[in-house]
Amino acid sequence: MFLSMSEFNQEYLKKERDQQWRVDLRESLKQKDRVKIERLKMPEQDPRVRIKNNLEVNSGLTAEQAVTEAQRCLDCVNPTCIEGCPVNINIPKFIKYIEARDFLKAAQTLKETNALPAVCGRVCPQEVQCELTCFYTQKLKKSPVAIGNLERFAADYERETKQISVPEIKKQNNIKVAVIGSGPAGLAAAGDLAKSGYSVTVFEALHEIGGVLKYGIPEFRLPNSIVDMEIDILRKMGVFFIRDFVVGKTSDINDLQKQGYKAFFIGSGAGLPRFMNIPGENLIGILSANEYLTRVNLMGATKPGYDTPVHPGKNVAVIGGGNTAMDSVRTAKRLGAERAMIIYRRSLEEMPARKEEIHHAMEEGIEFNILQNPVEYLSQKDGRVSRMRIQKMELGEPDESGRRKPVPIVGSEYLIDTDLVIVSVGVSPNPLIPKQMPQLKVTRWGTLEVYPETLETSITGIFAGGDIVRGGATVILAMGDGRKAAAGIDQYLKNL
Amino acid sequence: MNKIVEKEYLSQNVARLVIHAPLIAEKRKAGHFVIVRTGEKGERIPLTISSTDKKKGTITLIIQRVGVTSCKLTDLNVGDEITDVVGPLGHHTHIEKVGTVLCAGGGVGIAPLLPIVEEMHKAGNRIITILAARSKEYLILEKEMVPYSDQLIIMTDDGSYGAKGLITQGMEDIIRKEKIDLSIVIGPAVMMKYASILTKKYNIPTIASLNTIMVDGTGMCGACRLTVGGVTRFVCVDGPEFDAHQVDFDELIIRLGAYKNEESLAYSEFRKTTLAEK
Repeated sequence: MFLSMSEFNQEYLKKERDQQWRVDLRESLKQKDRVKIERLKMPEQDPRVRIKNNLEVNSGLTAEQAVTEAQRCLDCVNPTCIEGCPVNINIPKFIKYIEARDFLKAAQTLKETNALPAVCGRVCPQEVQCELTCFYTQKLKKSPVAIGNLERFAADYERETKQISVPEIKKQNNIKVAVIGSGPAGLAAAGDLAKSGYSVTVFEALHEIGGVLKYGIPEFRLPNSIVDMEIDILRKMGVFFIRDFVVGKTSDINDLQKQGYKAFFIGSGAGLPRFMNIPGENLIGILSANEYLTRVNLMGATKPGYDTPVHPGKNVAVIGGGNTAMDSVRTAKRLGAERAMIIYRRSLEEMPARKEEIHHAMEEGIEFNILQNPVEYLSQKDGRVSRMRIQKMELGEPDESGRRKPVPIVGSEYLIDTDLVIVSVGVSPNPLIPKQMPQLKVTRWGTLEVYPETLETSITGIFAGGDIVRGGATVILAMGDGRKAAAGIDQYLKNL
Repeated sequence: MNKIVEKEYLSQNVARLVIHAPLIAEKRKAGHFVIVRTGEKGERIPLTISSTDKKKGTITLIIQRVGVTSCKLTDLNVGDEITDVVGPLGHHTHIEKVGTVLCAGGGVGIAPLLPIVEEMHKAGNRIITILAARSKEYLILEKEMVPYSDQLIIMTDDGSYGAKGLITQGMEDIIRKEKIDLSIVIGPAVMMKYASILTKKYNIPTIASLNTIMVDGTGMCGACRLTVGGVTRFVCVDGPEFDAHQVDFDELIIRLGAYKNEESLAYSEFRKTTLAEK
């Protein structure tokens, strides 16, 4: 059964919780015994082994581990975990299905709300979302239920036992909706719209479907084969994908309107890399994280038989402290870097990357040069970077984001050898579509302005979500936007 | 999809492919390029669209065999499909009646010059076209340029055809004799650099079409970035044409060499394998 964002509410949650099987399950083990169980430890590949391969760091749970962890969940009357989830997954329900050993039903529950559970179970920052709002964290001051690991378990179980469920679709209404961009926002929007019976076509500029899930996030965090399996489910639901199609160039929205598309979702992402504009930044051997990761993850650089080149780099410096910086530096390590360094201008505590990724990176021998900032790149010959000048920083007064502003320490500059620099200091929204449609209201950062309740832009019938609205953010927030916009589009089309 | 409907060799190393790509053909204007990929393990490269037939829904690409991908593409035959063709990308050429336009094309830069010469001519400009190549066998598209050129000068490095000398010498001869309102230069980076220095000396506004390395071609990766007018620009979305006098050609030459070693290694491997197969 499919629930749109508007149908999901307290009444529904109570009805589900009151079902007999849930009541019986709660009574099967006392709360005080549940609370005594220690949170599981996700099995991981040894760091010394995993830096030589591209396999996932987290190996996944056994059924027993999953069931035991599921027992910890107290099936709260007021599940605060759900409030922390940008896509409103019915968390207690899927966890209780795991406890009841009905793993397939757990997976199906996930799919009621989340089109790509295997993706979210791997890349969501649960520690600042559902696991943060979990009763254990909030009230018991103990480790939360490992919701993310359980989500991954259920989705993987369904996939590995080849019993993948295709979500149910409401009656087809033959109304055409265009989704622009096949990243997480677009895929989530497409999934919900398809479930509501719309004829959905997704237009993708690149030659692969998945956006940042494919080109950005490395194999050792999110294998592309898993992304493809999730996308396949969307195909089975009737979503149509067109690749090599740049909306705004190959055709524009007006053309698509003439072809009968009645509503649009723009999920074109924040694919415009930022550079620091410091001397030497255009030397060869200095790449944006987007370019580096695209070459490796999407174009297969360094894999035998693939034509796209990339410099593996011996002394690799990655500038930045977000998830993309972690992905880049850990990729460089796996490609054989002797030194793989993060250079970040603020403190470790302020790094925006997931704590888990930082932790994994440290285990893998990544060097963290914090409170440091590059000021110049130097070349010995051939225009290739050979050294960089770094300045040390200290934390001063807080700036407008609330974080303490890093202030250069005069006279602290020093040089290091480097032959590959990856600049990962953020991305801005891709300007192609806003440039093409001047009536689309845009903020001063280039993001699209939308009404917060429906995600409709300044143009009626055109909705937007994900990084094109938020600037560089997360997969799960993009998916939440996709779902919300799908509900907005559904309302809009019903009222036409 | 992207089926090759015509193929012809214009010289030993340069092939013309006509590809069925109706959506791209419909939107294409002079100056636009496409990103092309052949094979699932192939790389993405930019190629200027030479011409288009909107009725037939085809685009024409003129490709010089310089490395692995250009060879793989020109080894395809009529009936074969090209794995990916995306476009039209970049800004199209700004076409305007200005008076007399000096169009200079070097080597394979002559191919992207052709549509611009055609459009500038149709806009009512007097066109002086100068084409240069290493030697006669590398000279392409001479007869295609004739209908759009009020004057056509050929130069070869070795004098095997036309006048002997560098394109800049031919350009300067013309500049000394005529008032030139605009110059357009397309060719190897070093050629565009010196042509630009020349026209700057004479204060002739000049446009260069740049040929940087690209990966996605839609502004997403920054591989094509270049300093123009002291600021970093992305050639794929801000270009490919720029005010030549603002372009840092030395930086362009360096950046074009980013994968020089990998490219020549891959190319010699490729030639060994294809020779072995024959």
